[in-house]
Amino acid sequence: MTDLPAAVLEPEIAPRSTAEERWRALRTVSRGDLIFRVVLTVLACLLPLLLLLIAVELVSEAMPAARRFGLSFLTTSVWDPVRGQFGALPLIFGTLYSSVVALAIAVPLALGCAIFLTEFAPRWLRYPVATLIELLAAVPSVIYGLWGIFVLIPLLRDHLWPVVRPVLGHVPIFSGVFYGPSVLAAGVILSVMILPYIAAVSREVLLAVPADQREAGLALGATRWETVWHVVLPYGRAGIMGAVILGLGRALGETMAVTMVIGNRHEVSASLLQPGYTIAAAIANEFSEAVSDMHLSSLFLVGAVLFLITIIVNALARVLVWRVARGSAVGSTAI
Amino acid sequence: MRGRLARRLIGSTMTGATYGAAALAILPLAAIFAMLLVKGAGSIDLNFFIRSAVPVGEPGGGFAHAIVGTLIIVGMACVIGVPIGVATGIFLAEFGGGRFGFGVRFVADVLNGVPSIVIGIFAWTWLVKPMGHFSALAGGFALGIILVPIVARTTEEMVRLVPNSLREAALALGYQRWRATLQVVVRSAAAGIVTGCLVAVARVAGETAPLLFTALGNQFFSTRLQGPMAALPLQIYVYASGPYDEWHRQAWAGALVLIVLVLALSLIARAVVRAKRQHA
Repeated sequence: MTDLPAAVLEPEIAPRSTAEERWRALRTVSRGDLIFRVVLTVLACLLPLLLLLIAVELVSEAMPAARRFGLSFLTTSVWDPVRGQFGALPLIFGTLYSSVVALAIAVPLALGCAIFLTEFAPRWLRYPVATLIELLAAVPSVIYGLWGIFVLIPLLRDHLWPVVRPVLGHVPIFSGVFYGPSVLAAGVILSVMILPYIAAVSREVLLAVPADQREAGLALGATRWETVWHVVLPYGRAGIMGAVILGLGRALGETMAVTMVIGNRHEVSASLLQPGYTIAAAIANEFSEAVSDMHLSSLFLVGAVLFLITIIVNALARVLVWRVARGSAVGSTAI
Repeated sequence: MRGRLARRLIGSTMTGATYGAAALAILPLAAIFAMLLVKGAGSIDLNFFIRSAVPVGEPGGGFAHAIVGTLIIVGMACVIGVPIGVATGIFLAEFGGGRFGFGVRFVADVLNGVPSIVIGIFAWTWLVKPMGHFSALAGGFALGIILVPIVARTTEEMVRLVPNSLREAALALGYQRWRATLQVVVRSAAAGIVTGCLVAVARVAGETAPLLFTALGNQFFSTRLQGPMAALPLQIYVYASGPYDEWHRQAWAGALVLIVLVLALSLIARAVVRAKRQHA
């Protein structure tokens, strides 16, 4: 920058300097700037490097189990550390099942919250309510687990289930004796935990819908609800899908609360009232007590499966959310 | 075509339903907080803060070891994670317009969604396995990794909020780009960056899963970074899963302390961020 005045103010002394050269002089980067930029770039490279390292470590530690069991690891249900037989089907099934239950409960509620906060709530109520909902995301997982064990499970088992049992008792997904720790309890806890994420991101998506869309809907004679349902929501469809998938990603990887309430049993059962197991819970319970190298390697293998699923799910969610709110940090700040 | 009355009825029903959804969403927060106060507040006394765990049956045990452990481990996480996160955030805001910046931003968001338990086993393979024993250091490392993407994204947002006229003014005064960035832009975004770090700290302070096989937990008071160390969430987990009423009582008390800590940090951070956004 210091040689800039010479290039700009004294063109007669250097008659051969073309416009192009003068622009180049303007753009010349000083040494300090160069160092600054290189240092920042190197530090910024650490993040992608970290992701790569995690993937490499997981895969290399999981290799022995992957070689030994192959694809049958994903399709068999025997998990016997003593005989060295490992099949992860119950873990994968339980992870997906509990997450789907969580989504089924959380999505309608979260969308309701987002619509309430952007369309219907009186202005003075919006900030406090949004804050309270987002604080749900700040509550540590282990506290949800504690609450699940001592409040939610007794509530479901002793108060709610006896009431609805005559009606739902014959439905297959509610079969069997309900002892408490179950996929249902895990799904309910998870739904509370992912609700703030889905609500916050959907809210930002709905806020990004231009006001003239709403005005056009109302001008056509639609009621406020019809405008929301037929105009605003379809406009933000991609972003809302992204929000839901983001919530799914959270639910799949959630560990402590699920471990504490799901019952931890290696079994595939369609009944919501029976105990299940998830990948994250199995790692949490068995990792530090793994009895053999193969046991450890199998845990790494399910860990790698979980890692892969969450990477795909999160990447998909980001692409969808970014389509609505391009490049901005929707959903990754404040919560 | 439905009648006008029916349409208005549907409209007000659904509007009411969204009010209901919001109320239902806040209900668990209120329920959890009420429960923590009812069950936990009674067990919090001076002993709780100055004594460590005692054998079951002996009176007067406390959480001192866990509270100190959490402070140490989170402190280490900050030392590891904050510089990298802040630098990445500044890079993204000032130079992150190109394809590489886009990629880093994407990776940060993806990494933010990686389950914390996976980060935990990664820290185990990197530190616990080679060293041959569990250590608080590995716990700090794991939490540090979780910090980086959160700090990076909030820092980016805060630096972006600094008006361009400030950058232009600094450059017009003959500042080089790096001095303009560090002494003008980052300085005026400092409050926001600190808040972003607070948000991240609030999040990792409650993390249990990545500590399970790194810091492991400890029933005794320990400040040795090379050995197992207790942490507040770990202690709550152990006590909640145990069979003794006395443990459950202490778990509730510990949870109350943890949630007050975490919610206070989050609320302070939100207030500062909000003030910043309105100012910008």
